[in-house]
Amino acid sequence: MTTNTADTTHEKQHGMSDAGYIRIAIILAAITGLEVSTYYVDFGVLFLPALLIMMVIKFVMVVSYFMHLKFDNKMFSFLFYAGLVLAVGVYAAFLATFKFFIQ
Amino acid sequence: MTDVIHGHASSTGISNVKLGMWAFLGSECLLFGGLISTYMLYRGRVTGGPRPSQIFDIPFTSVSSFVLLMSSLTMVLAVSAAHKDDDRKINLWLTVTALLGATFVGGQVYEFTAFYKEGLGFSTSLFGSSFYTLTGFHGVHVTVGIIMLMSLVGILKRSSVPGKKAEVVEMIGLYWHFVDIVWIIIFTLVYLIPV
Repeated sequence: MTTNTADTTHEKQHGMSDAGYIRIAIILAAITGLEVSTYYVDFGVLFLPALLIMMVIKFVMVVSYFMHLKFDNKMFSFLFYAGLVLAVGVYAAFLATFKFFIQ
Repeated sequence: MTDVIHGHASSTGISNVKLGMWAFLGSECLLFGGLISTYMLYRGRVTGGPRPSQIFDIPFTSVSSFVLLMSSLTMVLAVSAAHKDDDRKINLWLTVTALLGATFVGGQVYEFTAFYKEGLGFSTSLFGSSFYTLTGFHGVHVTVGIIMLMSLVGILKRSSVPGKKAEVVEMIGLYWHFVDIVWIIIFTLVYLIPV
């Protein structure tokens, strides 16, 4: 009874039960299997986009569900994604600079 | 949508500890962003040393990646147990997480040794330098995470966790998951995308 109450409280706070976390992990494992398969199977022009999309899906799933960002205060999402967007923006510019100025 | 408030609240009504941890993780994005960009820039510069495709062992690294991914599951189960105040399960899942992390680091040490024997030293080429720096930094982060996990297990056994127990476990969990998401990116960009 106590455990059930604790389960419910945790689910209310974080929106997931232990079974839910296991389901997420199974999906992540399946996506990882698909990612690895791209190394052996020729996906043609879809290879790179498929790999990048799967990477982003795994990233978002871990951040949203395991790190509870989906259920937590928006301020945390802002702090984290601000750092991430800044990193991607700054380094995209950095890589582009090398591309433009290399002879 | 539920706003979870733990620990000492800041003027925003949010836990200071959690706010600090997310700000730290945001800054860590910049660190790894720099390391990953540098690798992407230099990965083709092999200058006589082995090329990535000649030395990478994809099946081995895939298993390592799977192990680290599953450690995120055991970590979130430890956080869940902490919210239920189930000390036995907290200790169990934290220990399993640390063991999975140690397996990953052991795999990385084996991989580095194998690469070195195949002729890829730290200063062999720009590819080698950027590869070892990126994956080495990640390995150090995992090692720090393992130390934190085992320290927490030791502290919990003495029941002297400062502040709210669930929040302490959750903060270490956030760090651990961050290390996992960084590896998700490294595994795809470094290992699976050919040069």
